[in-house]
Amino acid sequence: MAKKKKLKRHVINREWCKGCGICVAVCPKNVLELDSKEKAVAARKKDCIACQLCEQICPDLAIEVMVKYVEESASGDK
Amino acid sequence: MSKKITFVQGNEACALGAMYAGLDFYAGYPITPSTEIAETLAVMLPAAGKKFIQMEDEISSMCAIIGASLTGNKVMTATSGPGFSLKQEALGYAVMAEIPCVVVNVQRGGPSTGNPTHVSQGDVNQARWGTHGDHSIVALSASNHQDVFKMTVEAFNIAETYRTPVILLFDEVIGHMREKLIVPEEGEIPLVARLRTSLKEGVNYHPYLPREDGRLPMSDFGDVHRFNVTGLYHDMWGFPTDKPELVQELLRHLIDKIENNVHKMTFYKSYFLEDASTILISYGSAARSALSVVKQRRNRGESIGLLELNTIWPFPAELVRECTQHADLVAVVEMNVGQLTQSVKLAVGTQKRVHLINRLDGQMIIDKDIKRILRILQGRGI
Amino acid sequence: MDVKYYLRERFFPHMWCAGCGHGIVLNALVRAVDGLGIKKRDMVMVSGIGCSSRISGYVDFHSLHTLHGRALAFATGVKLSKPSLNVIVPMGDGDALAIGGNHFIHAARRNINITALVMNNRTYGMTGGQFSPLSGVGTKATTAPYSNIDREFDTVELATGAGATFVARTTVYHVKQLQSLLKKAISHNGFSVLEVLSQCPTYFGRKNRKGSAVDMLNSFKDGTVPVGSKKKQDNPELIERGVFVDKILPEYCEAYAELVERATAK
Repeated sequence: MAKKKKLKRHVINREWCKGCGICVAVCPKNVLELDSKEKAVAARKKDCIACQLCEQICPDLAIEVMVKYVEESASGDK
Repeated sequence: MSKKITFVQGNEACALGAMYAGLDFYAGYPITPSTEIAETLAVMLPAAGKKFIQMEDEISSMCAIIGASLTGNKVMTATSGPGFSLKQEALGYAVMAEIPCVVVNVQRGGPSTGNPTHVSQGDVNQARWGTHGDHSIVALSASNHQDVFKMTVEAFNIAETYRTPVILLFDEVIGHMREKLIVPEEGEIPLVARLRTSLKEGVNYHPYLPREDGRLPMSDFGDVHRFNVTGLYHDMWGFPTDKPELVQELLRHLIDKIENNVHKMTFYKSYFLEDASTILISYGSAARSALSVVKQRRNRGESIGLLELNTIWPFPAELVRECTQHADLVAVVEMNVGQLTQSVKLAVGTQKRVHLINRLDGQMIIDKDIKRILRILQGRGI
Repeated sequence: MDVKYYLRERFFPHMWCAGCGHGIVLNALVRAVDGLGIKKRDMVMVSGIGCSSRISGYVDFHSLHTLHGRALAFATGVKLSKPSLNVIVPMGDGDALAIGGNHFIHAARRNINITALVMNNRTYGMTGGQFSPLSGVGTKATTAPYSNIDREFDTVELATGAGATFVARTTVYHVKQLQSLLKKAISHNGFSVLEVLSQCPTYFGRKNRKGSAVDMLNSFKDGTVPVGSKKKQDNPELIERGVFVDKILPEYCEAYAELVERATAK
């Protein structure tokens, strides 16, 4: 049975993040935003589809999207 | 390699010396009057399973040998006048990043294109100060093919010992002249192998931390230690820094490792200096004519001697001072406007006048030229 | 993946400006190397001078930060002297094609197995935004205040004409393609050129009113099409992405090994 990638958590390195906003703009589900300190935060974690685009496009290498693989049918999530 | 008597050009003697020293990698670009070095090595290096590459210019040749040195090879490039100018930036890189390499400059007339097929010694101070910034440098010279061979080997030895570029300052006459060369047997001239770190993987290796004896063990690219090499001011790991105390320490190290070891890298020959009241100082092909004059005059009973310098830089000031202290007349024979004469003056001091005997017209200075000026200096008229 | 395994963490956060595309190239590069399973000790990064060149200091490979424009010449020495090493040469547009143009075409001509990355942000960022040979006519720069009259190179055509046996282009917006092309370029046995359009919001962007880093990324999305796309015929302004050349010709180090065999055969 096919396995599905699911979010475990976002690890955002606030020391490395320069607040360019690229992750916020590219996220297809609008999960990320910049906080009052201009650092990226995962404000809407439940919407994350674990595509890892933010992780791969972050010019500061400051984002890691930790994922887990679950059986597709075992999950009741959409 | 067994002892072999050959009849070769100086440029070939240089190539043979480099092979004897264990040259692994040569990169160069054709330029008169050094081209025969490349041509000779284009035959010999591949036949020995080693690397020869003709690059797109002089700059890239210098850069390529630095890259090849970092993978653990003995490397060399050769050029003349304009090409030597082009190499200066990368030469400075080798100074800063402490890359062992040998750069041959078979001097020709300049500035600019000057005269490719005529002789000059006009690059003496360029060898010293050609690249920008405070630094020290090693430059060796020779007046005959036996010494061309030997100095080439010593250039590799100094490069490896002190992790530094070494310049071989030959000239057109030496490069193109043919004479006898007895190729030394293996072991006759000791060779210095690269000093490599014995540190194992996982142990913090500092490529730019000198040992107590001043030497810096290297690690080849591709080996277990990964470090940074840069032309920027750097710390002991090779990473850029602008901390004033580290910059000061680095520049002092780069200069002191050469200047504090002048005696260990000074090669010279002395002829009849013991009782000489007139002392000629010379190097390269000019020293051949100077020696001829000294021998002729000695035969007539004159107390004249010759100090031939094989090490030009770092300038052996102490040696020159000692050799000249009892002389009445000191004259430097060179084919330029007195580039080494300036250093000799500084070494000898103000109590004695130091004279220049030179020729600038692209022709080799011969015994007659020297004798004519010497007669005037000695107050005897022409 | 754990990108930190490949990074020299003590130099982070890196020195590039916020939103600089060069960080995305670094990000993709470590993923490509990881994907290819190449050992760190077999990797050598040789760079020149400029913003792009700093990439070599951030990766835990053998790194050689050299002179402006000369990286490929140093890299040629590294590669020919030890062909077992993987040599990647990241360069800026000025570094690769202005001061380093001669080394670029000759490395391509030799077909030596080196990966040349041209990180094209159309400006000299390190010196404060002067025009480069890839800026193009009509752009503004500190040294083109009345707008630039210098025509630009087409990196792909130049590399192709010079004989590179793998030539590709993408942008930092297209990160998946960037990773995939990096892998192809590194795996290619011969001289490979990958041009990566990368944004400099600080200088090129500001001088040319290109907006934020995000705006510039979007312009890469909108201004480029896959190679052979019909859209390109309708709109010649669009820039093609993808693989332009991928062929096998004798590689220089291998040709040299054959030369040695001839020289040593008695």
